[in-house]
This record gives sequence, C-alpha cells and structure tokens, in this order.
Amino acid sequence: MNGIPNLHLWLLPILPLAGFLVNGLFGRRLPKALVTAVAIIATAIPLIQVATIVARFSSLTLPHVERVATWISAGPFHAGFTFQLDQLTMVMLCVITGVGFLIHVYSIGYMAHEDGYWRYFAYLNLFMFFMLTLVLANNFLLLFIGWEGVGLASYLLIGFYVLKTSAADAGKKAFIYNRVGDFGFLLAMFLMVQHFGTLDYTQVFAQIIAHPAWQGGFLTAIGLLLLLGATGKSAQIPLYVWLPDAMEGPTPVSALIHAATMVTAGVYMVARAHVIFDRSALALGLVAVIGTATAFFAATMAVAQNDIKRVLAYSTVSQLGYMFLGCGVAAYGAGVFHLVSHAFFKALLFLAAGSVIHALSGEQDMRYMGGLRKKIPITFWTMTAAVFAISGFPPLSGFVSKDEILYEAFISPGGKILWFVGLFTAGLTAFYMFRLWYMTFFGKDRTADSEIMAHAKEHGHGHGIHESPWVMLIPLIILAILSVIGGWMGWPAGLGGNEWFTRFLAPVFNTAGLSMNPNVIHAPAGAGSDHLQLILAIVSTLTAAGGWYIAHLMYYARPELPELLAQKFRGVYRMLFNKYWVDEFYGAVIAAPVLFFSRFVLNFLIDRGVIDGAGFTAGATAQGFGSLVARIQSGNIRSYAGWLAFGAMLVLVVTYFVFTGSFMLH
Amino acid sequence: MLNGSILSLITFLPLAGAIILALLPRRGRIIQWWALLVTLATFVLTLHLPAHFEYGHSGFQFVINAPWIAHPAIRYHLGIDGLSMWLVVLTGFLAPIGVLVSWKAIENRTKEFYFLFLIQQTAMLGVFVSLDLFLYYAFWELTLVPMAILIAMFGRTRGPQAAVKFFLYAFIPSALLLVAILWLYAETGTFEFTQLQSAIAAGGLGPQALFWAALVFLVAFAVKVPVFPLHGWLADGLTEAPTAMSMVIAGKLGLYSLIRFNLGLFPQQAREFAPWMIALAVIGLIYGALVALVQRDMKRLVAYSILSQLSFCTLGIFCFSITGLDGAVYQIINEGVSGGALLVLLGILYERYGTFEISEYGGLSKRLPHMATLYVITTLSLIGLPILNGFVGEFLVLSGSFVGHHGWVVAATLGVILSASYMLWFIQRVFYGPPSSLVENRPTADVNFREFVTLWPMVLLMVVMGVASPFWIRGIEDGVRPLANPPMTQPVAQIHGRSLPAQASILKGRQ
Repeated sequence: MNGIPNLHLWLLPILPLAGFLVNGLFGRRLPKALVTAVAIIATAIPLIQVATIVARFSSLTLPHVERVATWISAGPFHAGFTFQLDQLTMVMLCVITGVGFLIHVYSIGYMAHEDGYWRYFAYLNLFMFFMLTLVLANNFLLLFIGWEGVGLASYLLIGFYVLKTSAADAGKKAFIYNRVGDFGFLLAMFLMVQHFGTLDYTQVFAQIIAHPAWQGGFLTAIGLLLLLGATGKSAQIPLYVWLPDAMEGPTPVSALIHAATMVTAGVYMVARAHVIFDRSALALGLVAVIGTATAFFAATMAVAQNDIKRVLAYSTVSQLGYMFLGCGVAAYGAGVFHLVSHAFFKALLFLAAGSVIHALSGEQDMRYMGGLRKKIPITFWTMTAAVFAISGFPPLSGFVSKDEILYEAFISPGGKILWFVGLFTAGLTAFYMFRLWYMTFFGKDRTADSEIMAHAKEHGHGHGIHESPWVMLIPLIILAILSVIGGWMGWPAGLGGNEWFTRFLAPVFNTAGLSMNPNVIHAPAGAGSDHLQLILAIVSTLTAAGGWYIAHLMYYARPELPELLAQKFRGVYRMLFNKYWVDEFYGAVIAAPVLFFSRFVLNFLIDRGVIDGAGFTAGATAQGFGSLVARIQSGNIRSYAGWLAFGAMLVLVVTYFVFTGSFMLH
Repeated sequence: MLNGSILSLITFLPLAGAIILALLPRRGRIIQWWALLVTLATFVLTLHLPAHFEYGHSGFQFVINAPWIAHPAIRYHLGIDGLSMWLVVLTGFLAPIGVLVSWKAIENRTKEFYFLFLIQQTAMLGVFVSLDLFLYYAFWELTLVPMAILIAMFGRTRGPQAAVKFFLYAFIPSALLLVAILWLYAETGTFEFTQLQSAIAAGGLGPQALFWAALVFLVAFAVKVPVFPLHGWLADGLTEAPTAMSMVIAGKLGLYSLIRFNLGLFPQQAREFAPWMIALAVIGLIYGALVALVQRDMKRLVAYSILSQLSFCTLGIFCFSITGLDGAVYQIINEGVSGGALLVLLGILYERYGTFEISEYGGLSKRLPHMATLYVITTLSLIGLPILNGFVGEFLVLSGSFVGHHGWVVAATLGVILSASYMLWFIQRVFYGPPSSLVENRPTADVNFREFVTLWPMVLLMVVMGVASPFWIRGIEDGVRPLANPPMTQPVAQIHGRSLPAQASILKGRQ
C-alpha cells in the first residue's frame, strides 16, 4: 500500500489475550515457571512493539487507522474491529504496557506463595487485553468492549481470594457500580447512533465539527451520559464507593488496575470525546465540578483511614478528581499529563505498600506498623519519592502535573473557586500522605501488637520483617525514578520549561475550528502569564509544606495529638471515619427499598397473588385433574401414544365443527 | 436435488428415530445412544441450510410445496427464510445437548422420555418450516403434548400441577388460534402463508375482524414466549421440567411466530398493538429482573431472568426497525444458547447436590473450579458482556428501538444494571465465600467428560457469536427486512441539511 505502514496494532491486545487463554486453559497443569514465562512474554512483546512504534512515530500520518474486521453490521448500523493510533493513544499505550509490564514482574515475587498463581496471571493478562483494546479503539462500541472488559478483569481480580466473603462482595459491588455508569454510556451510544448514524470517532467528530451550530442540546445529553459512565469507571461522585472496597484484591492489582490504568479510563474517555464536551458548557462544567468535589471529599476521607491500602484508594479517587478538573476546564492535556504522572507515583505507592504488607506477613493496619524505615530501606526510599511526588513538591512529577491543572483552573474565568478547592485539597493530600509515611516508617515499632503477624508466626509461615526480593524492588526503583523525573516532560513555561507534553498532545485537543461553546469554563488564549504561574507554583508548594508540617506535628513530634483531636472533634472524626455514611445511605435509600419492593410487592403480591391467582382456576382444575394426571403418569408408552392420538383427535373434531360452522356462515 | 427434500428430512428424522426407538430393547444405554445419533444426524442435516442458503433475497428457500388434502385445501408446504433458518439450526444444535444432559439425569422410563423428546424435536422443527397455516398449527399443537407429559412425568415435586398449568395456559389460547386460522381460511380459501399475506394486504378483509384475528394470534404466541403478564406458567413449568425440556420451553417458538405471523400477516394490526407490546416488554424486563433478584430457588431465578431476557426480544420486534429486529432474532438464538447453557449447568449441579435452594450452597469455586468457570462465562453472556453474544443482541435491540421510544428504552437499559445484580449475586452465593455445610459434607467430582462435551460447544458459540455476528445477521436481515419500517436512509444529523465535506473526505480516505 502506498506508503501507509501497517503497524499490526491488533497484535497489541491479541498477545495478552493469547497469554490469558494459555494460562487460563492449561495453567493449572503447567509448572509455575512456564506460567510466569507465558504471562511475562505476553506483556513484554507488546511493550517492545510499543517501543518500535514510538521510534517511528514521527513518520506516521495521524490518526493512523487500521481496520481488521467487521464486528456488527445490522441495518444501517456498522461497527468494526478498527484500531486507531494518535498522540493520545500513544501516551496511553506507553503507560499501560510500561507500568503493566513492571507490575507483572513485581507480581512474580508478590504472588509467589499464593494458591491460584496461574489464575492470577491469566486474569492480569486478560486485563491487559481489554485495557489495550480500550485505548486502541476507533469507535465507541469497541471502546466499550475494553470498558466493560476491564471491569470484568477487575471483578475477577478483586474477588481473587474467592473464599473471603468480603472479597466476593467487593468484586460484585465494583461490577454493579460500574454497570450503573455503563447504563449512561450505553444511552450515550444510542443517542449517538440516532444522531450520527455511527459510533466511529472519525465520523462522529467530523459531523460535529461540520456543524458549528450544534451547541448544547443533544450534545449536552450525550456528554452528561458519557460523564455518568466516566464517574463509574473512574470512581467519581456519585459512584466512587466501589473503589475503596476494591482493595480486597491483591496489592499489585490495586496498583495496576485501581490506580494506574483502568480507573483512568474515564479520564481518557472524556479527553477522547472532547469534541462533544467542548460543545456543552453544562456537561464540561459538571466534569470540572464533580472532579473538584471528588478530589476534596475523597481527600478528607483519606485522612481518617487506618488501612494503608484504603488511604491510597481514597487518594486515588481524589487524584482522579484532579484529572477531571483538568479536563473540565478544557485543559485536556493537563488532565492526561496528571494521568501519566499519577500512574508512576500511585503505582509506586501501591507497590511499596505491597512491599510493606509483604514484609509484615499481611498486616495492613498502619496502627500496627511504625519504625520500619531501617528494616526495609529500599521500600522506604522509593516510597518517600512517591510521597513527595504526590504531595506536590518540586521538581517531582506530581508537582508539575497537579500545578498545571490548578494553574489552568485559576486562569479560566469562573475557575478561581475550583482552583481554591483544588489547592486546599493539595494541602490535605500532603497531610494524609505524610501521615501514612510517619505512621509506617517512623516512630515506635508497633508490629508486636499485630494479631495478623502473631497469627502468621504461630503457624510457622511468619518470618522476621525483611526487605522484599529484587524482583519486587526493581519495579519500585524504576517507578521511583520515573516519579522523580517524569515532570520534566511537561516542565511549565513559567519555570523555564517548554511544556513538551502538552504540545505533543495538542493536535488531538486542538480546539481551533471546533466552535467551542462560549460558556465553557476554560482559559482564553493568552490568559495567564509566566509570572502568575510562578506565583501559583510557590503558593501550592507552601500549601503542601503546610500539610507536611501538620502531619509532622501530629504523627511524629506529638503523637498524642491525633487522639486528642479525635476526642475533641468527635462528630467530625466519626463522619470522616465512616466516610460520610455514603455506603449506608445508598443501602438504605436504593438497595433496601428495591429489595423490599421486589420481595413483597412484586414477588409476593403480584406474582404469587395476582398472576398465580389468575391461574388459580388452573390450579383448582389441577386438583380435579389429579386422577387424570395420575393416569398420564402410568408409565406405559402405549398410553402416551394413546394420549397423543386423543389430542390429535380432539383437534380434528374441533376443526371439523368449526369448519362446517364457518362454511355455513358463508 | 437435496435442496427440495432437506426440510422434510430434517423435520421427520427425529420422528422416524422415535418410532425406531420405541422398538429398541431397554438394555444398557442403547436408547440414549440412539437418541444421540438421531439428534446429531438431524443437527448435521440442519447445517446444510446455511451452507446452501442464497443470501441477499427475502423469499423462501428449500421449498417443498405439494398438495396434501384437496378439500379443505391443505398443502404440504415447507420452506425457510433467513428468519427461520438459524432457528432450525439452533433447534438442531440443542437437541444432542438435550440428550447428553439427560444421560444420567433420566434413569427411569428412559424410553418414554426419549420417545417424547424426539417427537418434540419434530414438532418444533415443523413449526419453523411450515408455510401452510394448517400444517403449522398441527406442529404447534404437537409441541404442547410431549412437553406437558414430560413435565408431569419427570417433575421434581409438583410436576402434575405444573404440567396442567402449562397445558391450560398454552392450550386455551391455541384453541382460539385455531379458530382464527380457520376463519382466515373461510375468508380467503387458503392456508398458504404467502397467499394469505397478499390477500390480507389487498385489503379484502374487514378491519374489525382482522383486528380480532390478529389479537388472537398475538395472545396465543405471547403466552408461549411468555410476555408479561402471561408468564404464570413459566416459573413452575421451568422448575418442574427436566433440563432438556426446560431449555426449549420458552422463547423461540412464540417469538418466531410473533415475527412470522403478527408482523408478516398482520403488519397493520401489529403496529396498532405495538405501544402496548412495548410497554409490556419493558415492564416484563424490569419486573422479571426484580423478581429474579429475590428468588431463593435457582431455577425460579433463572425462570424470571428468562422472562426478563426474552422481553428484550419482544421490545425489538415491536419497534419495527431493521436493527431492532436483527437484534431480537439474534437475542432469540442467544437465549437458546446461553439460557440453555445455564439450565444445563443448573441440571448438573442438581445431579451432584440434589437441591436448587441457593442458600444451601456456598464456596463451590474451590471444589468445582471448572464448573465455576463455566457458570461465570455463561452468566456473563446472559448479562451482556461485550465480546460475548448477549451484548450484540441487546445492543442492537436497544439502539434499534431507541428512536421514537426514548423513555421505554431508557427504562429497558436499566435492565443491564439489574441483570448484573441478580446474576452476580447468584454466582457469589453459590460459588464464593466459605463452603456451606452441604458443600463441605458432600465431595463430588468436577465437570466430567460428557458434561464438557455438552457445554464447551455452547461456550464456544457464545464467544464466536459475540465477535462474528455478521455471519448470522446477514441471513437474519434477509428475513426481517420486509417486516421492518423502511429505514431512515440518513441519520438525523445529516438530514439537518448541509453537505459534509469533512466527512465525505474522511469516508473517501477510508476506502
């Protein structure tokens, strides 16, 4: 073909799928080493392929589309297995295959002693398949395969410890909450089919661009419905409650799926569909508001958690809120940049937390940790890098990406309040992250009080606190390096950088000629200045330092303070500790009434009462038919033949009479 | 040459097999093997149809049309189009599976069982291929009898009651159906489907009378689907029926007939009924899902889930869009495959533990990992996970019905949340968590070879139908195109006027 290179994009998702099939079908009988090899190769080759694509990226005409096969063709509707590569997909591919590969490697060590090792790796490969499909799709329906598929992988992996009721509950909860979001996504697709006749990105976006007069209206409806989908997948208000429970899964899963990749799918989708959101001030504004609100509330909930993974889970919800905020002020590049840096430092935080948990034979409660920095030094130092990164200290990656979002919010008309809440949340973030840091690594060693560790020791599989094996540490070190230097990709102009990352993505998010809705909250061209950016950077660094200082005070200098404060502000503490009772609220307002209504009104009154009651005559006749039926059951084959003949006779007799009757009518 | 007689062969092979079976000795597993052989042969024959089907036109193929009775003019007229073709193949596919799943489950009165089972096959195949209304009715009626007897004979505890209920529910509307068919004959002098079609289209019949005739057809078929609120027989019938029978008790016969006759013969009246049917479909969809949510018995849970899933088909049928109809027919096949697989799975679980009570189970996945896997894949197919078959059907039905019925489709889409809720909750209670005392105390073997052979083709089909839908939809669309409202040639967006240079260039670029 004349110059258009064939990149075989379909290979990217297919290889992990093959890995899944091999391990899923035969893994039980294969030796552990072979299971490992299959799983690792199935993610390593896509990583290499992505690297080769990166190498020739500048020579490609973008977006680069490769069509493989027709998936659905019904009436006027068509959807294909069509893959697309552009700058946004390229970024996502690097994150997914890169972080994905590292976490596969880490898992070799972390899962070494688990039952169902093969099952774990099969599911992990399955996840890679769906996640790669999600970002490579060229139409919304194919994206939806990945979208629901990652949900499936997440369901399977959260419930990996199948005998634990809480794990099974959490898996189901995640799937159902995601389904609520998918309900919105599906309706958005129906609307798109109605209005555009297709779900292909290229055609949908081209039609919108060709009609500058389409503002709000059905595009708002589509945007809001897509947003509902995004809140499910990316754990935003009102559907975030599944993510903290998802921590029941193995820790590397939390790192890969519930921090670095899957939960960012909502952000990716909003960015991908920005042409739609740009036309609706309401939909995009809501993205910003939901993001900001989620960032804030999740951060407050993180403050009062004692389980190390749950702190990180709420932190993830909160950081995803920042990404939404970035997208919501039409700074999609900034949102995606935070997605990338978050993938580095949050994956690192989870993996380091996993290393801590591994060292403590499964203990996750920070109240039973403390003083670990000398015992597991590499874990400590890598985690420290991540804590400083997420808290937003320059020049680490989290600082750069978060600040870009806050800056964009600040310079957007009407965005100051969003900026302020975001800034305050940044302070909270620093506080709860340093709280975690101090409780885990500093102060008194409280591991002696841990029942879990005592239990493990009793049963002989306990071991002294020890550093993790190298297969786990090397991914930590690589991610730590990325968390530290990742910010250079998008170093802001205000601090002398060239914002390479945002410029790289600019062709995808280019709003020129897009007829953006004038009411959208977003920075007009030329707003802001390098000077302002510098001031805001200083303000947010000071805020982060403030958070650190308070954490230092409360959890290092004067460890009796938290207890005193919790006593003094009992109400507030209980509210945060119980996460605002949102789960309980959903249970009482939705689940319980639905179950009550179904059980008593539908099942008992209507189905048993009315519908069976209507068949009561039939029931009563059944009693009378009893003897007849008994004869039916006689078991002699001749009698059945007789019954058949009888039935046929009956039909014929009726026929005859009706016939003659109808002929007489003539 | 074979094309002329293939449908007769397919239809009557099971009957012939049944007659020979009656003569076989009751020794060893001869009867089972024979039934398996007959059903497999029938299935292989049905594959002739898609292999030699001429795509692209909507008429009937493989037609055989011979006079049978001169007066009244009843003809032996068989034929299929894209609509019925895959249903014939589906029936053929499910038959050997029905035999395999009954292999151990039916130990007593095997001869009676397989005899009636094979007759049931002939009856069902006959329903799909008959183009003479009288012949059709004979087969239709014949489907009821073996089913009712088998429910009565092999029911768990309340078999006879369930059988009578089933029979009365099905028989009374069917008797009325016969009256309506005869009235049509009296008016037009023919039982021939195509002739009736043109006679009715020509407008010779009184609209009032046609309305009632169409209503009788509708009710008879709606009971058989079943459409809410005519499902009173379903839960009991499905619960009591042996697995092989429960797989075919609901769905395809009624839905096929709705499409063939209510849309094919009475298009005008079908459109008059449509608002009601759409409402009932959506109510049934939500209702079935909610009631399934609170069932304690897994077979009843599946019964209500089937009520819910089949309502998708009804919705798609009565919105008259090509996409929706494609989806509806696809969903009929899905329900046969995935719903059938779930019933098979319930059957093999029952064989091991002797109860359908959900609360008796727990933590099975550690004991029976293969079975757990099969259960999970099947339920995922039923709740419409993309890349499995259910999603294609659901998506086409919902998106095809969306235009003009926004409110109803929004409500129907809630079904995706509810189906995930009841199915995953069911899976969780049976397979996850700590093992129950029943599971603890009764160690059993995981899925055995015979069960693997039964289930893997179905699982494979779920995946293949999920990714390669055009293979089926091509033919289905030939069948349903004449029944649909003429499609809007252009999507709404393009009708707003304006040429689309950007899009045009993109389209060109893609070629």
